[in-house]
Parts: sequence; C-alpha cells; structure tokens
Amino acid sequence: MEGTIFQYDFIVKGLLGALFASITAGLAGTYIVTRKMVFLSGGITHASFGGIGIGYFAGINPVFGAAVFGILAALGVEYLSVRQKIREDSAIGILWAFGMAVGIIFIYLTPGYTPNLMSYLFGSILTVTNADIIALGIMSLILILYFSIFYRTILYMSFDESFARTYSSYIDVFKYVTTSLIALTIVLNIRMAGVVLVLSLLTIPPNIALIFTRVYSRIILWSVAVGFAGTATGYILAYFAGIPVGATIIFTLVILWVIVKLIYLAGKNLIKN
Amino acid sequence: MANLLEMNLLSAGYDENIILHDINFKVNENDFIGVIGPNGGGKTTLLKVILGLIKPVKGRIIFNDKLLNENSIGYLPQISTGDVNFPVTVIDVILSGMMIHKKIISRMSPDDKKRAKEIIDDLGLSGNYNAPLNELSGGQLQRVFLGRAIFGNPKLLLLDEPGNFVDSTFENDFYEKLKDLNKRMAILMVSHDLGIISSHIKSYACVNKTLHYHPSSEITNEQLLAYGCPIQLITHGVVPHTVLKTHS
Repeated sequence: MEGTIFQYDFIVKGLLGALFASITAGLAGTYIVTRKMVFLSGGITHASFGGIGIGYFAGINPVFGAAVFGILAALGVEYLSVRQKIREDSAIGILWAFGMAVGIIFIYLTPGYTPNLMSYLFGSILTVTNADIIALGIMSLILILYFSIFYRTILYMSFDESFARTYSSYIDVFKYVTTSLIALTIVLNIRMAGVVLVLSLLTIPPNIALIFTRVYSRIILWSVAVGFAGTATGYILAYFAGIPVGATIIFTLVILWVIVKLIYLAGKNLIKN
Repeated sequence: MANLLEMNLLSAGYDENIILHDINFKVNENDFIGVIGPNGGGKTTLLKVILGLIKPVKGRIIFNDKLLNENSIGYLPQISTGDVNFPVTVIDVILSGMMIHKKIISRMSPDDKKRAKEIIDDLGLSGNYNAPLNELSGGQLQRVFLGRAIFGNPKLLLLDEPGNFVDSTFENDFYEKLKDLNKRMAILMVSHDLGIISSHIKSYACVNKTLHYHPSSEITNEQLLAYGCPIQLITHGVVPHTVLKTHS
C-alpha cells in the first residue's frame, strides 16, 4: 500500500514536472532557436553552475544562486560583446567555462556534506522537490502571460530587430527582459534535465515543430506538445528501466526528432512520385 | 502642394563625426525624390534623421503636424536587416508594419488582418497569406517588405536602395507600384540605380556632406561623374536626357 502511494506521488510529480518543463522550454526554446541564440543559451546554462556552487558553499538555495549567475551571464555576454567589443561567441565561451570553474571550486570548498554533483550535471527527478515543481508552474504561468501579451512585439523583434528598433525605443528592454526569462527557464529546468542536458530540452522540440510548420505561434504550440510527449515518455521509460531520467528524456526526444524527420522525408518523396 | 517636412541649416552625424552639413531640404505632398550620392555621403543618415533615429546636432527638422508626424513615416530598409530564413509568414511580416504607430503592445485587430490581406492581394501575392518567407522569390520578398512599409498608411515613404534586392523580372512592376503609391504618399528613395528609376522620379537630391536639390527629373552621366557619384549609366541607342544646371 505504501509502495502504491509512493508510486502515485512519483508519477504525478513527474508528469506535472514534464508538463511545466514542456511549457517553459517550448516557449523559451522557440525564441532561442528562431533567433539563433542556442550557443548563448548554452553559455547561460553552464555559467549558472557557478551559482550552484556558491549556493552550496554559502548555504543558500543553489537554484537561487544559479538564477543570479544565469541572468548575470546573459547580461555579461551583451556587455562584453557590445561595450567591450569582444566577439560574442568568445564572450560566451569565456563565461561558459568561468561559471563551471567557479562552481567546481566552491563545491570542492564546501565543508562536510558533498552535494550530489551528478544530479545537477545530468538531472535527477528524485531530487526534484515540490517547491521546484511549484516554481516551474509559476514560471509557466509567467511565460504564457508574457508571450500572450507581447506576442507580436516578440515576433517582430525576433524577425527583424533593426526594423523594430526603427519604430520602438523599448526593444532593448524587451531583449533584456526576454533573455532574463530565458535564463530563469533554463535554471529551473536544470533540476529536471541537468546542466549538461537541459539545452536539448529547449532546442529539440522547436526543431521537431519546424519540420512541419513555419508559423511562429504553431511552432510554440507544437514545441510544447512534442516536448510533453517526449518528456513524459522518457520519464516513464526511465522509471521502468531504472535508468537516469534526464538522459532518457533527451534520448527519447532525439529519437522522436529522427522519426518525424524520416516520416516527413518519406511523405515528401511520396508526393513527388 | 502642401509641405510635409522642412529642414533648415540642419547638421547631423554620429558622435564627433558630422556627416550632413547645413542641409536645407523640403519634402512636399506627392513628391517622388531620388536621393543619390556616394557611399558615406550621408544618404542613409538623411533617412535616419527623418525617422528620428538621429538627432540633429544643429538646426532642426520641422514636420507639418497636420499632415505628417513620426507615426506616419513608412520605411523600407535594405534587405540585409531581416532574416529571410526566420519562420515567419507573409501576413505577419506585413502586419509588423503596425510598429509604425509606436505602441508598446502591438495587437492585431480583425481590421488589421483584413487590411494586410488587401495589401497582399494588391501586391500581386494573393493566396500567399500564410506562405513562409523562405519560399518566396527575390521579387516577391521585395514586395512583402514594401507591403510592411505601407501597412500603417504612411504619408511619407522612405526607401533605402530598393534596387539592391530587386530581381530584374520584377523591377518594372515594383517601380510601377511605387508610381501608383506616389498618388497617396510622398516618396523619398535612396538609390544608386539611376538608369531604371529616373523615369518615375520627379526630382533629385544629391547628397554628399551637403545637399543639392534638383527639381527636374532627369540627370546625366556627366553630371553624376562631376559630382563624384559612383554611378555609371550603360545603355543602348538613344536615351532621352536632360542636362541639369551645375551646383552653384
């Protein structure tokens, strides 16, 4: 009986986590994939590990530390590339490695209890708390509201920033706010998929959606749907096979991407002949 | 003909680098002005001053408030600014012309959608409402960007070297379309592509640090060479032409 309740709780938590992860990653992912910001997002992800390390060392919530580091990294890249004229990809590369280095040093220096490094690097649903799920739920709500209210501004700015800038003096504000929201999304999803794997949670679903639609709003909706299908399937597979959740989710998503691509190509050939 | 905007002894540039010096310039309703001159001479700077993106360091630009304000200037930038591989549909690109009204939140009303479709039909792109941008030809793309520039019903249309991405099959159509639009709005077109456009253009502004205005619509190769414009007219047979007076 006790085992059943545990199972039930585990599955509800997992599915809720999968749902919120898919919503946040689908919205944020569509933005970063279409704007070609995947490498920047990788930088944000890895830099945030510095915050996790400092969080452990200082005894504060590592997710909070990661959020601060993630946002600072996003703004730091902008600062280094625009103001200091350092090439953007170099700036990303520097902050990427710097964050990882800071994280490792501070985790090493943390006395006594050694945190489960693997769960932060590769994700572990077992360490996901109810608070993490609630935080992801709130983030989903914020992103849904933000993208609904500013949908057209986000679309126009993403497509042609220079044209948008011609008519709007708020473009920089939109850029910074959106990038900060992306950083938060990444950090909250690190609990699900880990620093190393979280980026694919954001990038694979939009790329599956892009195979069959080029309408921006549909890319978002399909990303969320595809993300949920992949995440939930991966989660259940991981549960029954007793293998790591984060890796299984990403593996499932990539397989899904390959299958959809193959079906699409086969369909195209069929129409041709 | 009413005056839309006027610049008196205006100077403008970037930081220390003043590009335009003591410009006197007027744009009237129904003007179709070709802006020509060498690269770096200040053609684009002139457009940016009109769009309010650059504040003049000296002098000012006066809009005729009854006819024109900063929310009624359409703009067709050089094509390089938009990512044609971005997943966006024709109708959404046209609708992005709503940014001209400078609202913080851009919302689409049913009327906006109807108007966008009318523009698409009018530009000869019927049936392509939801076509992704990367499936269009160069000429179609150019018409979509023109559609975006006129979506907000501008009174003044600024075109930055539209010849750059015109593909010759559509060239004539495009300039005919401009001629048609010119009945409803003044047009200021930056170009170094004189041979083709000159027949529709009513007057010229030669910009090279300073601005010389030619009320006539024809201009010759000799004139341009003397002015230092990097332009060459190549043609077969007899081309009607008029020689303008030299700059005083």
